[in-house]
Amino acid sequence: MTTAVAHYFGSSIGRKQLIAVTGLALCGFLVSHLTGNFLLLMGADAFNLYAHKLASLGALLYLAELGLLVALLIHLGLALKITLENKAARPVKYLGKKNTGRGTTIMSASMPYTGLVLLAFIITHLMGIKYGSYYTTIVDGVEMRDVYRTTIEHFSSIGYTVWYSFAMICAAFHTAHGFSSAFQSLGLNHGRYFGKVKLLGILYAIFIGAGFASLAIWSHLKGV
Amino acid sequence: MSNGNMTLNLKIWRQVNAKTEGKFVDYKVDHVSEDMSFLEMIDVLNEQLVRKGDDAIAFDHDCREGICGMCSMMINGKAHGGFKGTTTCQVHMRLFKDGDTVVVEPWRSRAFPLIKDLTVDRSAFDTIQQAGGYITANTGNAQDANAILIPKPIADEAMDAAACIGCGACVASCPNGSGMLFMSAKVSQLALLPQGKAEAEKRVLEMVQTHDELGFGNCSNHAECEATCPKDISIEHIARTNREYIAAAIKHHEKDRSGGGA
Repeated sequence: MTTAVAHYFGSSIGRKQLIAVTGLALCGFLVSHLTGNFLLLMGADAFNLYAHKLASLGALLYLAELGLLVALLIHLGLALKITLENKAARPVKYLGKKNTGRGTTIMSASMPYTGLVLLAFIITHLMGIKYGSYYTTIVDGVEMRDVYRTTIEHFSSIGYTVWYSFAMICAAFHTAHGFSSAFQSLGLNHGRYFGKVKLLGILYAIFIGAGFASLAIWSHLKGV
Repeated sequence: MSNGNMTLNLKIWRQVNAKTEGKFVDYKVDHVSEDMSFLEMIDVLNEQLVRKGDDAIAFDHDCREGICGMCSMMINGKAHGGFKGTTTCQVHMRLFKDGDTVVVEPWRSRAFPLIKDLTVDRSAFDTIQQAGGYITANTGNAQDANAILIPKPIADEAMDAAACIGCGACVASCPNGSGMLFMSAKVSQLALLPQGKAEAEKRVLEMVQTHDELGFGNCSNHAECEATCPKDISIEHIARTNREYIAAAIKHHEKDRSGGGA
């Protein structure tokens, strides 16, 4: 490996481009996840059949899950590292640093915090649904997991529904900066189109945040 | 007109040198004219201090017309006061009101060690510049301006980047203490022009490495630098640097020149 490539992965730009690529991959996953979740509205059978088809992919599913895990770990690990480095880059704090209002936003400033909330959320979410209570049902003569029942049962708790909705607000904040920020990191910023990228990022964030949270609230109302 | 009628309460960072502890000291300045620049107001305060036998407040300044990039200070938590496209020396006292309390601090960055009071050592910028902000061709005498034709939009963009005065406001205002805007202005300025293109790959690799080694933070696209830059340098230059960097990391390799060339 040439030194240039080796330096790339250790450099501030190389690392932020890796954070950008893995972040965009995770953004893509969220879209497919939310699309699947909308099947909740079609009833138990449709949702269970979809989950069953996914689970039947076998090795392919494990490969996808491994890909997501690797993307998440790279994203998280590098983000933690650069956040700590950034704190160290200003050893003496300002008395009263103020933003101009033309640059830093609440979304960009809270990235490390919303990111950590999402990490905690992913753990509770996997424990609650994927590794949560296991029921079986029969659809079209095939026995499969009744993950619909697990979901409705899970969201019958008001505490979990609130936590889930809070995490989705964090996801919206995180992606509202992260989406367009990834394009900038990859060098895709030009006056001609960057305004549209920013707008797309904000629409994406609203779609993801409102989409997931509204389905959680719907599940809660269904379960109580 | 209320010339010479303003009284300002200042809270200024005083620190004898990098080895001693610093602290904020409160000062009151009377008879401030709204036509004074911010630096002239500090000059008035310094005259009062010297007359009393106190040590004058050290601050960087040179041209006082917004082009040298020396006057580096945080005014009320914002670099150069946070007025769009304005250096501290061009901030006039008419922007303040009688009785205002104004907090003045030096740039805070690990890469810019404090020298005294409001003065910091910004030679880290010179080190970045020396890492690649030049071309190695012998240029000889200046040739005819039209000998190398450069399309106007490209010349304009290179000129926008070249407007950087290296004041350090980008680093000071960046929540991460990153020097990317400065570095990217230098990368862009040269990468856009034919004279600079030949060494563009080597330049960006070495300048980024030097930037990182000097203790600047990492850019995370807040764009606070662009907002406080007195020369309105755009973060589009950072995007160009990001593009140049990834391309260079893939393509660049040093050829062994030790055998000499034909």
